[in-house]
Amino acid sequence: MSFRKIHALLVLGLSCALALSACGGGETRVEAGDREQILHWGNGAEPQELDPHIVTGVPEHHIIIALLEGLVLKDPATLEIIPGVAERWEISADGLIYTFHLRADARWSNGDPVTAGDFAWSWRRALTPSLGNLYAYMYFPIRNAEAFATGKIDDFDQVGVEVLDEHTLRVTLNHPTPYFLQLLDHYSMFPVHRATLEKHGDPFQRGSDWTRAGNFVGNGPFVLAEWQLNKVVAVDKNPGYWDAERVRLNGIRYYPVENVSTEERMFRAGQLHVTGSIPPDKIAVYRKESPELLRTEPYLGNYFYRFNLDVPQLADPRVRRALAMSIDREQIVEHVTQGGQIPAYAFTPPDTLGYTAPPAFAHDPEAARALLAEAGYPGGQGFPPTELLYNTSEGHRKLAVAIQQMWKRELGIEITLNNQDWKVYLDSVNNGNYQIARAGWIGDYVDPNSFLDMWVTDGGNNRTGWSDPRYDQLVLECAPRAPDRERRYRCFQEAEALLMEAMPIIPVYFATRNYLTRPSVRGMPPNLLGYPLFKQIHLQAAD
Amino acid sequence: MPRFILHRLLQALPVLLVVVTATFFLVRLAPGGPFSDEKAVPAEVQRALEARYRLDQPLASQYLSYLGDLVRGDFGPSFRYPGRSVDEMIFAGLPTTAELGLYALLISLVLGTAAGVVAALRPNSAQDYLPMSAAMIGICLPSFLLGPLLILVFGIWLDWMPVSGWGNVPGDKILPALTLASGYTAYVARLSRGGMLEVLSQDYIRTARAKGLPEWIVVLKHGLRGGLIPVVAFAGPAFAGLLSGSFVVETIFQIPGLGRFYVQAAFNRDYTMIMGTTIFFAVLIVAFNLLADIAAVWLNPRLRHQYRKRAS
Repeated sequence: MSFRKIHALLVLGLSCALALSACGGGETRVEAGDREQILHWGNGAEPQELDPHIVTGVPEHHIIIALLEGLVLKDPATLEIIPGVAERWEISADGLIYTFHLRADARWSNGDPVTAGDFAWSWRRALTPSLGNLYAYMYFPIRNAEAFATGKIDDFDQVGVEVLDEHTLRVTLNHPTPYFLQLLDHYSMFPVHRATLEKHGDPFQRGSDWTRAGNFVGNGPFVLAEWQLNKVVAVDKNPGYWDAERVRLNGIRYYPVENVSTEERMFRAGQLHVTGSIPPDKIAVYRKESPELLRTEPYLGNYFYRFNLDVPQLADPRVRRALAMSIDREQIVEHVTQGGQIPAYAFTPPDTLGYTAPPAFAHDPEAARALLAEAGYPGGQGFPPTELLYNTSEGHRKLAVAIQQMWKRELGIEITLNNQDWKVYLDSVNNGNYQIARAGWIGDYVDPNSFLDMWVTDGGNNRTGWSDPRYDQLVLECAPRAPDRERRYRCFQEAEALLMEAMPIIPVYFATRNYLTRPSVRGMPPNLLGYPLFKQIHLQAAD
Repeated sequence: MPRFILHRLLQALPVLLVVVTATFFLVRLAPGGPFSDEKAVPAEVQRALEARYRLDQPLASQYLSYLGDLVRGDFGPSFRYPGRSVDEMIFAGLPTTAELGLYALLISLVLGTAAGVVAALRPNSAQDYLPMSAAMIGICLPSFLLGPLLILVFGIWLDWMPVSGWGNVPGDKILPALTLASGYTAYVARLSRGGMLEVLSQDYIRTARAKGLPEWIVVLKHGLRGGLIPVVAFAGPAFAGLLSGSFVVETIFQIPGLGRFYVQAAFNRDYTMIMGTTIFFAVLIVAFNLLADIAAVWLNPRLRHQYRKRAS
């Protein structure tokens, strides 16, 4: 009898499971989305916030560009600037004064007009120190913006932002800044709705709930419909958006999927149109079996190793060059990273708005050995024990092991590997508590300045201790004052040559973005920033 | 009994205070702060943020004001998610995690006890080895392996069940609950087998059999009650463990529970979130241990007698 009972239970359990599972078939979420023009988007992580003046991450970026709009937008195919809230603008002959004419039909989602005053107030907020905006430096080309953000002045009238009338905004810069228009499309320069922020607490402090669904008032092509913690952020088409008739999506659902394997399985099961990335070991499989789903695109980022110049054996540039020249980057991108990355022999990614730095060195183990011998370590003899630091991750480990072996084989140098949890690693690198450390950099805007201004003396992101007055002069004086693009890029090229000659860092590769997309997703051309213009995207299933 | 409960509750308070104090100082000792970033953080931003979250005050006064907030049930704002309070995040994730844990506990109790009893009926036979080997595999197979395996077979090859989510489509709760339950089912099976073996060799069982009772009454009525004591003692802490240890399953199946916040808070150095979740789980563990103790006293006539005697 007892066995019969257990048996009955088992049968019951199994049939329950089967009955429930019968619903697994039928239309997938993606198919339903294609029909209803709802885009299902793998968005990496739970957004920290949806406040454009507080957040710093890519997942937040993808949501905020749907909800808010700055003065200008970028064409996703060319990254050229196209009109946003500003329908046109004039730039003074000396490149210092920008006058923006805002379109009269731009509205907040509650019906209020979007005015020049909204921008001025929002920018004041974004620069106010108490808010703790990590992207305040995006404003620094504007006259006195840096002084205001660092608390040296507290009168915003002295900052180069002027409201001429309800629809005209004038901005005055310190220097001609060719990439200034690009900065305006960064979310840190987006406007926020003053009355809403004032209603939900102190606009100049963190901890307000104005960004919750129901509270959020935006001016973008979509409005916030739902924000379920760790589950989904849903945005729906904004019928009051000035360009609403061109918006074809009815909504976007952002899923905070942190685990890349989970994301790939969701994609395979028809739950996502687009993923944020793909597990590296799956790239080869997709390339072989379903290449139409895999996208591999150049990305405005690089991967490099930093040297701490306070470490005696690394203070000699010959040693640093020897280490750089003995790495076989072709091998690395082909067999280790395997994501279509480009071997890097310079720091700035190629064709960054027409700027390409010539290769500064080559893979040459012979010359590397000679340099090392010249520096007093023939065959690696007498080279002190040196440590390579990276933040804990399988990808960084594989690459570090490969490079460790190359240095041992080509130079006879023994390097030990050390991995640290992300925050510990940041602490070590920021405090100069490392010898060689892994790093990566993603440009904030498409301009060589975003890669080269970090190496000026005592730059916050330098962290190597390297300093060269000539380099500082080229990046901080020569380039900003150059009368045209060609001469400006010449300053940068000369600077980058100095950087590569001294080699406080070793470039390893230029990044690519690998991710998955359903064929029904249209209007999402590749670009260096991985920037989607949602108002141009639509879904069209193949018949 | 009430005295026993009161006694245990009073014991719990110093335990919790130690947990709070140790966690408070340990998270601040860990290298790397909540606001460090790959991009350099300007000094004035760092100062503004530290002032906002009272991190610029001496450690002792931070500690005291934290205790003050705690007494009022306020875990403070999250550092990582500036628009949210820790209380809000815990209560947003808790129902999901609790539901998942409850299903997993039920599955492990039902399946585990059944397997354990079956095995104990004929020790050292195939009927014993088969479920116990399965249990051994269940203990050894980690959920980060079992989860994707189940998804691959039932979600992708057979296409019977959803591969992720929680409460979005029917059936999406089955695989995560099974994955989370597997290890615990195996423990329950081993515990109930051991408990049953011990009980079935007792004199009172022999008496029951001698009276001519049918075997299933002997096993299910007389045997099971004593045989389940180790399982009951295990179930309380196990449920607390299921709640605090669902991180892996929540990540694999994309479930909006508490476990993910718990682990990520540590990586992010989100001090208030680490404190909040740790204290919350500590309270749960203490509470469930207490419940397990009460149940054990209630199930075991000898202990019950002891407490009654002491009380009188």
